[in-house]
Amino acid sequence: MTNHWIDIGNSDCILIMGSNAAENHPISFRWVTKAKENGATVIHVDPRFTRTSTKADIYAPLRSGTDITVLGGLIKHILENDKYFKDYVVSYTNAAYIVGEKYDFKDGLFSGYDSEKRTYDASNWAFEMDEKGMPKKDPTLQNPRCVFQLLKQHYSRYDLDTVSSISGTPKDDLVKVYEAYSATGVPDKAGTILYAMGWTQHTVGVQNIRAMTIIQLLLGNMGMAGGGVNALRGESNVQGSTDQGLLFHIWPGYIPTPTASLATLADYNKKNTPVSKDPLSANWWQNRPKYAVSYLKSIFGDAAQPENDFRYGWMPKIEDGKSYTWLDLFDAMYRKEFTGFFSWGQNPACSGANANKTREAMANLDWMVVVNLFDNETASFWKGPGMNPKKTKTEVFFLPCAASMEKEGSISNSGRWAQWRYKAQNPPGMAKPDGDIIVELFEEIRKLYIPKKAGGAFPDPILNLKWDYVTNKKFDPHLVAKAINGYFTKDVTIKEKTYKKGQLVPAFAMLQDDGSTSCGNWIYCQSYNEDGNNMARRDKTDESGIGLYPKWSWAWPVNRRIIYNRASVDLTGKPWNPKKPVVEFVGEVQEGKYTTQKWKGDVPDGPWYPLQNPDGTAREDGKYPFIMKADGFAAIFGPGMKDGPFPEHYEPMECPVEKHPLSPQLTNPVARMFASAKDILKTCDPHFPFVGTTYRVTEHWQTGVLTRWVPWLLEAEPQLFVEMSEELAELKGIKNGEKVMVESPRGSLEAVAIATKRIRPFKILGQEVHLVGLPWHYGWIWPPEGGDSANLLTPAAGDPNTRIPETKAFMVNVRKKGV
Amino acid sequence: MKLTRRDFLKISGAATAGLALSGLGLNLDPVEAYTWELRTKDAKETPTICCYCAVGCGIICHTDAKTGQVIYTEGDADHPINGGSLCAKGASAYQIARNDKRITKVLYRAPNSDKWEAKTWDWTLKEIAKRVKKSRDASFVGTNEKGQVINQCKGIASVGSAALDNEECWAYQAMLRSLGLVYIEHQARI
Repeated sequence: MTNHWIDIGNSDCILIMGSNAAENHPISFRWVTKAKENGATVIHVDPRFTRTSTKADIYAPLRSGTDITVLGGLIKHILENDKYFKDYVVSYTNAAYIVGEKYDFKDGLFSGYDSEKRTYDASNWAFEMDEKGMPKKDPTLQNPRCVFQLLKQHYSRYDLDTVSSISGTPKDDLVKVYEAYSATGVPDKAGTILYAMGWTQHTVGVQNIRAMTIIQLLLGNMGMAGGGVNALRGESNVQGSTDQGLLFHIWPGYIPTPTASLATLADYNKKNTPVSKDPLSANWWQNRPKYAVSYLKSIFGDAAQPENDFRYGWMPKIEDGKSYTWLDLFDAMYRKEFTGFFSWGQNPACSGANANKTREAMANLDWMVVVNLFDNETASFWKGPGMNPKKTKTEVFFLPCAASMEKEGSISNSGRWAQWRYKAQNPPGMAKPDGDIIVELFEEIRKLYIPKKAGGAFPDPILNLKWDYVTNKKFDPHLVAKAINGYFTKDVTIKEKTYKKGQLVPAFAMLQDDGSTSCGNWIYCQSYNEDGNNMARRDKTDESGIGLYPKWSWAWPVNRRIIYNRASVDLTGKPWNPKKPVVEFVGEVQEGKYTTQKWKGDVPDGPWYPLQNPDGTAREDGKYPFIMKADGFAAIFGPGMKDGPFPEHYEPMECPVEKHPLSPQLTNPVARMFASAKDILKTCDPHFPFVGTTYRVTEHWQTGVLTRWVPWLLEAEPQLFVEMSEELAELKGIKNGEKVMVESPRGSLEAVAIATKRIRPFKILGQEVHLVGLPWHYGWIWPPEGGDSANLLTPAAGDPNTRIPETKAFMVNVRKKGV
Repeated sequence: MKLTRRDFLKISGAATAGLALSGLGLNLDPVEAYTWELRTKDAKETPTICCYCAVGCGIICHTDAKTGQVIYTEGDADHPINGGSLCAKGASAYQIARNDKRITKVLYRAPNSDKWEAKTWDWTLKEIAKRVKKSRDASFVGTNEKGQVINQCKGIASVGSAALDNEECWAYQAMLRSLGLVYIEHQARI
């Protein structure tokens, strides 16, 4: 989330799309309801009429996988009806930039497409640069090659008839949505988007969110109270685990994993440190070398020194251009690339797409370690459906771990609040906190690499890993939290202030690239400093008037509660919406010029002066608001994407149509697909005529790995069901409540049929198209007769940017049992 | 006098509960008051954050002083996000703390076996360490075909975990990277 949960209450218009917030993030509705009481309009766009829809002022159905048509139509509506916030668009976005001559879009493809490799050469989408190396601009937005005009041209095809014919959304509903949401394109109104996996789990997942980002920028909603782009994350610490770099492509704090071609730290820094020629651009990532070096210091401690490149060479490198994502990982496991596997607090046998492939892949391992609270389909895969234990060689170690209230530490919510929690009881039996298991296991591994004993491959990083996180033989989260925050490794003087060796670094502005600071994760620098454990704060003092609660827990970065907040003010630093100011520049003024530097409100996105003085003269010491972009401007045109600088509608890899009217390109030309015998995709196959989608219910969580074992919850939602329209049920002779078979090219499931008005048939390109949906919380292990994972049906096809699988739109059949 | 629910609890937990409650003008049935006192008597309140979705709602765990067990959980009324409210999952946190289906032993399943065996931590961690070393040493690639240094352990992969605390996540990634793993993924990718 750029904003945070409480801030939803500040919104004037809440679009919920790709999410069923009322059921899956129920407490979000405390704030949706507050906004509504204050006059906000709530819009829900979803294939299914849910409890979220019941609370919405406007509900619009759409076929799963067609969000970009609906959003593209909204972009067209905003542009053609002059609903955009022109000052914001010109001053803070790249709308005025001139795009280079090589950029083109024709027949559904952007320029630079290589059909053999299924990739784009993004250099074709570069901006035109002036002699100073800065992008050429036309602030009048009239140049036919400027981003604004190209945007207008691109979405001119997304008219109501076309959008409605693809999405199945009635035209009247589209108009209602467009009019309500585009009304936030004025300075004193803000609209917000709440989305979740309904947007990410598509082969156009990133572009779904990009489309909405463009809308938020056109309407001037970024940085504002009640605005932003807000992903409702589904796991209590999935924000934190991402922040801490538990993904192949990033070290903690979104520092790219080094690739093989970057032999030295200097090579790495050159590649990964963006440069801006514009003195008004903060280009915050120019500080990346400080964060990378401070991280290496946190990993290798005293062994990391300037003369040895801070042991950059010891860290594993990924091959250039190779992907190691979840889907790639299980494909590699299926191809027998691994002998060992850790499944730590996760249940991949049910949670990943194409679960049959995942389960088969596990039989190719020599050993697997599973850490969890309850038995699950991953740990016991060897006795699952279709498996023969006698023929399954994989050794499995099941390590029982503590529940969240049986240990101490922090977790980060969607709004980036790192909140400390405490131990309320001991774990049962032999169960231990995960932290204890990690430190003890590593000690055992390290013992085997002590040189005189064993030798072993490349022991240096193992022997030199800084690993002093134990107090009284137990994992001590305070010690790790301090290491994540970072400390000075020698006495350092910064801006006339001296910090002693061992002192905790106050905030990331003090981090250094010379080895004088160690910091496990720069974005958490300030979370646990000499002021104490800021994540544990419980002071509800709030003078903001917009519910920032700056002394309750701690938010990254530097306790900023709304990021990009410098975009919430005009060029002179005054709030666009004076009724709900996020930050405001309050420096002294003499003769029309600011003479002192002071902001009030939230922690601003950098302390610099605004871009202009009160008298309208430009300041040379001001900074553009989008400080994480090298050029300082928000990207309406996004040349960094794998699948094009503007979002374009493509059908899901499995879809019910052979063509669509927007272009001859049916599906995302660079979507990631896999070639194993288990990876079958079928489009317009009469055996699989219905659109399938998956979702969650309030009473269960993810694969049900915890909630299926909680009696109250299991009683409320005891078994797998499949929802379908009454029309489809009648067509297939299916009665409400009877058990039916749901089948895809990859697997089949037995589920209880629910024929309901919540799902309606869609009119798609003149044809009636049916959609069915299933929750994915179940698994064969518990409860008996509860059903299995809906991911047995879903395809392992991935978004080209993230490779998140397309588990929200695929093709299935539904039939009565025995027919 | 404005009383929050937490203030109310503090008062109700005190020996003068009856007096304080009557002072508030509440007319509790004496039997109800007795039951209430039993439930909270000597219980220690510990704030936690819900383990399910990422709204980050506050929950209060009540731990029995004698047994050290959580005997009750409820929404944290002081928490600015949820203000004491919880959804069905958050409201059932107690049944995670007290659940007889929890795995309480370290378990091992041997190759081609059809059953679990209980093991000690010491044996298990030592055996896992041996497997890690064997897989790592057999699959470690210092330099790739292009002659570039990669220092990769190719034979081990890891998934997880958004279920860990930040400090555990950080320690876990440090361990995996020191071993040379590159297939490091978790819930955020799906």
